[in-house]
Amino acid sequence: MNTPPLPVVLPLFMAALLAALEQLRSRRRVLDVLSLLTALAVVVFDLLLLERSLAATLVYWFGDWSLMRGFPVGIAFVIDPAAALLALLASLLTVAALLFSWHHFHAVRTYYHTLMLLFLASLQGFALTGDLFNMFVFFELMGVAAYALTGYKIEESGPLEGGLNFAVMNSLGGLMVLLGIGLLYAKTGGLNLAWIGAALHGKPVTAPVGVAFMLLSVGFLVKGAVFPFHFWLPDAHSVAPTPASVLFSGIMVQLGLYAVARIYWVVFSDVLAQAPVQSAFLGIGIVTLLAGGAMACLQRHLKRLLAYSTVSHSGLILAGFALHERQALEGTLLYIFGHGLIKGGLFIATGILVYHFRSVDEKQLHGKCRRLKITGVLFLLAGLALAGLPPFGTWAGKGIIEESARGLGYGWLVPFFALGSVLTGGAVLRAGGGIFFGLGHLDPFSSSAPASGEEGAEAEKSRGPTPVIMILPMALLLLSSLGVGLLPQGQQVAALAAARFVDRDGYRHVVLAGERRMTPPLSRVARPGLGGGLIAAAGAVALATLFLAPGPLHGRATKRIKSIVRGPVVLLRRVHSGYIGDYVVWFTVGTAALTLLALLSW
Amino acid sequence: MNALPFLVVVWLLVVGLYGIATCRNSIYLVSALFVAQSSGYLLLLSVGYVNNGTAPITGDIPGTRIMVDPVVQALTLTDIVVGATVSALLLALALQRHKRSGTLDPKSEPPMRG
Repeated sequence: MNTPPLPVVLPLFMAALLAALEQLRSRRRVLDVLSLLTALAVVVFDLLLLERSLAATLVYWFGDWSLMRGFPVGIAFVIDPAAALLALLASLLTVAALLFSWHHFHAVRTYYHTLMLLFLASLQGFALTGDLFNMFVFFELMGVAAYALTGYKIEESGPLEGGLNFAVMNSLGGLMVLLGIGLLYAKTGGLNLAWIGAALHGKPVTAPVGVAFMLLSVGFLVKGAVFPFHFWLPDAHSVAPTPASVLFSGIMVQLGLYAVARIYWVVFSDVLAQAPVQSAFLGIGIVTLLAGGAMACLQRHLKRLLAYSTVSHSGLILAGFALHERQALEGTLLYIFGHGLIKGGLFIATGILVYHFRSVDEKQLHGKCRRLKITGVLFLLAGLALAGLPPFGTWAGKGIIEESARGLGYGWLVPFFALGSVLTGGAVLRAGGGIFFGLGHLDPFSSSAPASGEEGAEAEKSRGPTPVIMILPMALLLLSSLGVGLLPQGQQVAALAAARFVDRDGYRHVVLAGERRMTPPLSRVARPGLGGGLIAAAGAVALATLFLAPGPLHGRATKRIKSIVRGPVVLLRRVHSGYIGDYVVWFTVGTAALTLLALLSW
Repeated sequence: MNALPFLVVVWLLVVGLYGIATCRNSIYLVSALFVAQSSGYLLLLSVGYVNNGTAPITGDIPGTRIMVDPVVQALTLTDIVVGATVSALLLALALQRHKRSGTLDPKSEPPMRG
């Protein structure tokens, strides 16, 4: 059986089929079951692909249009373990999201399921493809499905605004990708990643090549939500329906960063000098990490808080990719997996709050949710996991990245990584402690007005205990993240995926010559130490305690502390203004700076 | 290669970005976005253009004629379809907002601050 195209084709087909069911009466459960079965089938396909790709990288040419005299005339899926891993994460999260939406929506039209399946298909295609223009098409398909999902609650103002900002910024990102593709096509005459890389190899570097790389990077970094391209993310993720937010924060953003890494490695890594890219992306990553973490601490809208924590983590992931080394890449892949599962679980928890109380406002909910014991405990556990508590997947991933950074002489990154974990984990713990356990006072800094999202009439008024089918996906996601970090197999797969990912010549060879080359077996698989993870988790608890306990933030010294932090806080808030015009100015400045860097350094 | 198309590409991009950054009307915003996107089409087409080339319809022309590159034309067509979809969606969102609040100005409503 030819598995490679199935993860894309099946959801596309089912999406069309579900759209045709609009006329069916009592269609709700039919839709739920069919879409869930589709997503489960995609999980199975992805597992098969992962297993086969571990043996050797798979290349699938659509319509058997493969190489003609060495030139790729068709479109290829190139599936190495890294691609299969990300596709698997996407389908797992979709299963969780669809399980959760069983009770989430009061009434649902066919297009919700159609859009979810379209989104799944585009995520799969984006991860698996080996063709630049194909990547662009899936990028845009992903975008359109996501904009429509964001604006799902079209009678509220938040989703309208969030959807608009999201769509404009990502369309501009798509435009940058297209311009980059145009320049590269002019240079090489091909669209296959392996072909472009081989065609550029050994030629003198010219300015258009450098500019093309930067334009492609900017385009995908908009999706990857790093500073200064991240402004659309909190607007969109906080107002989208919860199941869609699970996918947005868990995998969509990370796929943008993955695309940058993939393109750099296959096409540009032997053409462009590494130093300027590395320092630029490390710098951007650290700024994003800190800005996202600080903003997360300042939120009282729970989904917005989680969205900013996603920004912070995507900064870490970008820095991990930018280290440009096999081991760092292994850690980054593990981190993406571990983080995606936990973030999905956290978003599902906010969905459970919406189900019971129709609110995700930390102040409104303070102390009201004591009876949701299981959700509360899971929420706090997820907060600790977000901070990197061993042995969750985030801990393993971050530990390996840090080890690699130290080895490369980038030891100064480690405290920043820890700080980002402390900030995001601390923000989640503070919110959880207040909401589920009634701890502490209201936080003095998080006074910004919450956005209206799905709090409205989406769920009926409070009902009995939480349905099992809502808690189940959350528990399963946390458990999977635990498994990713705890089981050595997870790390072995990530190590192999990273080794194959950095094997540029092997990738080109298998696509352009059709021959498989064995990657040399890995000598050792290093386990990261427990210390860093424990310290970060303890730091997060300390930060949450600082916010909640009647300590310095609430006693007599409050005024002084407030006057010290007021400046940066006001500045941060003002930068995240919420106006699309400002976002575009930031985008333009960022793009101009990166393009200038490309022109100066190559 | 002629530099003029590339200058126009940059011009369209800058004008479009300026339009999005400064506009006070969501419909204008969508139009400005489309202007910016047309810079992409122009870049692709000028990349594949050959002087005195004909349209790449191989059935009707003798094999000796020079054609322009058909690949970039296919890319452009694909992107036009994508652009039209996004514009339609954005216009629908803008109209819906107009229905709700009676304004098209993106700055009129207090934004989701912070």
